[in-house]
Amino acid sequence: MTPLLEVRNLKKYFKTRAGLLHAVDGVYFSLDKGKTLGVVGESGCGKTTLGRTLLHLTEPTDGQIFFEGRDITNPAKKDLRRLREDMQIIFQDPYSSLNPRMSVSEAIMEPLILRGGMSKSEMLDRTRQLMDTVGIAARFENSYPHELDGGRRQRIGIARALALEPKFIVCDEPVSALDVSIQAQTINLMLDLQEERGLTYMFVTHDLSVVKYISDEIMVMYLGQVVEKAPADELFCNPRHPYSKALLSAIPVLSIHNKKERILLRGEITSPVNPKPGCRFMARCDYARKECNRPQKLEECSPGHFVLCCRYQEITDK
Amino acid sequence: MAKEILLAIRNLVVKYHTDDAVIHAVNNVNLAVKKGETIGLVGETGAGKTTIARSILRILPPHTAKIVSGEILFSGRDITKLSEKEMCKIRGNKIAMIFQDPMTALNPIETVGFQIAEAIQLHNRISRSEAERRACNMLEMVGIPMERYSEYPHQFSGGMKQRVVIAMALSCNPELILADEPTTALDVTIQAQVLAMMQSLKKRLGTSVVLITHDLGVVANTCNSVAVVYAGEIVEYGTVEHIFDFASHPYTLGLFGSLPKLDSRERRLKPIKGLMPDPTALPQGCRFYDRCPEAVRKCSQTAPGEVEIAPGHLVKCIKAKGGAA
Amino acid sequence: MEKKRKQLRIFEIWRRLKKNRLAVVAFFILILLILTAVFAPLLAPHSYSQQNAKLANAPPSARHPLGNDRLGRDILSRLIYGARQSLQMGIIAVAIAATIGIALGTVAGFYGGWVDNLSMRLLDIYQAIPMFLLCVSLAAVMGPSLHNAIIALGIGIVPGYARIMRASVLTVREKEYIEAARAINASDARIILKHIVPNAIGPLIVQITMGVGSCILAGSALSFIGLGVQPPVPEWGAMISEARKVMREYPTHALYPGLCVMISVLACNLLGDGLRDALDPRLKN
Repeated sequence: MTPLLEVRNLKKYFKTRAGLLHAVDGVYFSLDKGKTLGVVGESGCGKTTLGRTLLHLTEPTDGQIFFEGRDITNPAKKDLRRLREDMQIIFQDPYSSLNPRMSVSEAIMEPLILRGGMSKSEMLDRTRQLMDTVGIAARFENSYPHELDGGRRQRIGIARALALEPKFIVCDEPVSALDVSIQAQTINLMLDLQEERGLTYMFVTHDLSVVKYISDEIMVMYLGQVVEKAPADELFCNPRHPYSKALLSAIPVLSIHNKKERILLRGEITSPVNPKPGCRFMARCDYARKECNRPQKLEECSPGHFVLCCRYQEITDK
Repeated sequence: MAKEILLAIRNLVVKYHTDDAVIHAVNNVNLAVKKGETIGLVGETGAGKTTIARSILRILPPHTAKIVSGEILFSGRDITKLSEKEMCKIRGNKIAMIFQDPMTALNPIETVGFQIAEAIQLHNRISRSEAERRACNMLEMVGIPMERYSEYPHQFSGGMKQRVVIAMALSCNPELILADEPTTALDVTIQAQVLAMMQSLKKRLGTSVVLITHDLGVVANTCNSVAVVYAGEIVEYGTVEHIFDFASHPYTLGLFGSLPKLDSRERRLKPIKGLMPDPTALPQGCRFYDRCPEAVRKCSQTAPGEVEIAPGHLVKCIKAKGGAA
Repeated sequence: MEKKRKQLRIFEIWRRLKKNRLAVVAFFILILLILTAVFAPLLAPHSYSQQNAKLANAPPSARHPLGNDRLGRDILSRLIYGARQSLQMGIIAVAIAATIGIALGTVAGFYGGWVDNLSMRLLDIYQAIPMFLLCVSLAAVMGPSLHNAIIALGIGIVPGYARIMRASVLTVREKEYIEAARAINASDARIILKHIVPNAIGPLIVQITMGVGSCILAGSALSFIGLGVQPPVPEWGAMISEARKVMREYPTHALYPGLCVMISVLACNLLGDGLRDALDPRLKN
């Protein structure tokens, strides 16, 4: 079976005053239909840029993207329009991702208007149907975003993304701005939609407990690179990369009993401007050695579990 | 051993008056903070957590907010009755606040060292050089090398800035720190660093902390006792052990159910249905009635009183049963 | 339905504006001035140009409540007709400037890069020329008349509007809903018209209201030095200029048009202030 989405050696560099910023640097992955790929990392690791690049909201610098087997790295304008009906995005901030001057129904109808081919009443019907799907009561049809709470706003965002019936949705931190009880409602909605429609998600987040919950496979990113990639359970039970280990141990546990030992990292994430060829995590890593100065290669340590660290074996054996 | 009570809030009611409505932000809150204790105020956006903290420091927005009734006793004195001049002596000196956003809490055109030294000089009659020396010590204490004294805030990363803010808050050896979501704006690994640092400083200095947060994970790791705030009320209060192991209020249980657990295998979360009630039109009876899976008819009619289900474990729910007590 | 919603928005702004008493008063003064200008022929008791040597510099009387000027013309009628010229100068000049400014600022802010650089540097150069001098030379070259004065004034204030609009577009451009629109295949034109301009125009509305006031002032000044409205058509600035010659003996001749200028400029500024508060989204409940 061809994967729904395949990415090979994807790179996105930005020119800055300080030099070339390697926001996404050589990412490989493939994603099957109906699955969820979680992408985790701290701010500035390139996870958001990765999602934006897939949708051509910024153009990739290098590499290849395949969607349903077709090369969509450099699509013609006409193809791009069609592509965006198949690939959609849900944004992080429900407060800034909606135009404050557009009512709920206008916002949800906008993608339908842009696609064309529907009469006004058909579009209105479809809008109401979408509102029903994501659970916004019809009485909010003419409300404006500032009159609604964060959870409802995010539902509008989801309805907009669903309007064109896409196959693949990039979810860029869709719940991190929401309160926990609303967050749970929204996650459940997204899971329901996935089951009903066979959607494929790329779920970008910094919240590790959410990503574990929703993903089939998880990629951990650090300074533009994927440092570890594994099935969700495997990653949480058996993290191999020193950064993943620290990241997972930093999650505040919801219990007062099993107080696990925390790995406290030194220093903070820097920005990947003109990075050196070696391991990017070296400066903060307790296991750094001379050989870490060499370019690192993604190695398969167990089936489906990849890690970008030349010392993973020694570290695990300890 | 009962420790001395540093701060006691009794029947606090705070309202905001807007042009066309009255917002009932804090309704009859009772809270006691013991010396050296960390108490977590947990709740969702708009629950009134921040308003409680601002009332303690008396930094509510002056024209709209009003402490309607109740008292806030700090070391035995009622803060709500103090003059502004007396309040100035307490603010920053005896009680300090750490805000959520370290990016905006520092003045961008002064060096970080200067800002700490200034805070010290404001409350202590000491020479400039003495203040600078102490500011350097504070920086070292929060894990920032002294050499960075004369750098500007923009040269610091988010986590470092929050350390500077904490250093500023601690600079006058306050007895109480109000930390309003101090790590929410930070990444997890940085959050772990900052929380660990706060913990060790607290142990060393014996400061009491009121930690406002929406993250129960953070509470589990740092607090001694917990107050769960919902619609301006404390619906459940107890030691961290009580709350995590014997949570009794349906809202507290709902909060736990909403969180994805790392070891859970279930395919769906159990969210609390609906939304928090509009604070301009709070329902009669129990405020959680609409969303409560356990609600009975009586809940919508009379507001539940506090039930002490175990020593020091208070629950505002008519279904809560006293255990051994 | 569409229309009803638009009305709701205006109603909302009005509701917030109402809280500012001064702004409401200013709003009604401006309405009154506009009505005066429109219905000048009905309101004015006399002709603005009819001279009467017998009544030269006559004091106020029942027939001529504000007296007569040096040539015996009724001052009240001249003030009423003068509102036409003054308000035209203010409103049309600002309308011209706002149209060009919004277009220029939006394009520069939205596309950025060399488009932005080029237009902003041109505006820099343009702004280095003193505005009044520009108006004077334009009026001098094209000949003194109301229309030329309006054009000169309008062109003179374009850079300010363009800059405000550009700055505002720059912040709106970074909002996620712009990217969201792009993700659903919205064209640049749609993004600009539907998403950027409506959200970026707020700060400019305030500036536009206040601009009307300053254009009335500047227009009066142009007329005062003889480059604006030509006699016998009355205009407040021109009236002050004429009154100069008899200032010592009959100060009221200059005082009345001066007051008119002052009141209308003040009204514009107060309304602008009020609008600034009413449009500020932070005050939205």
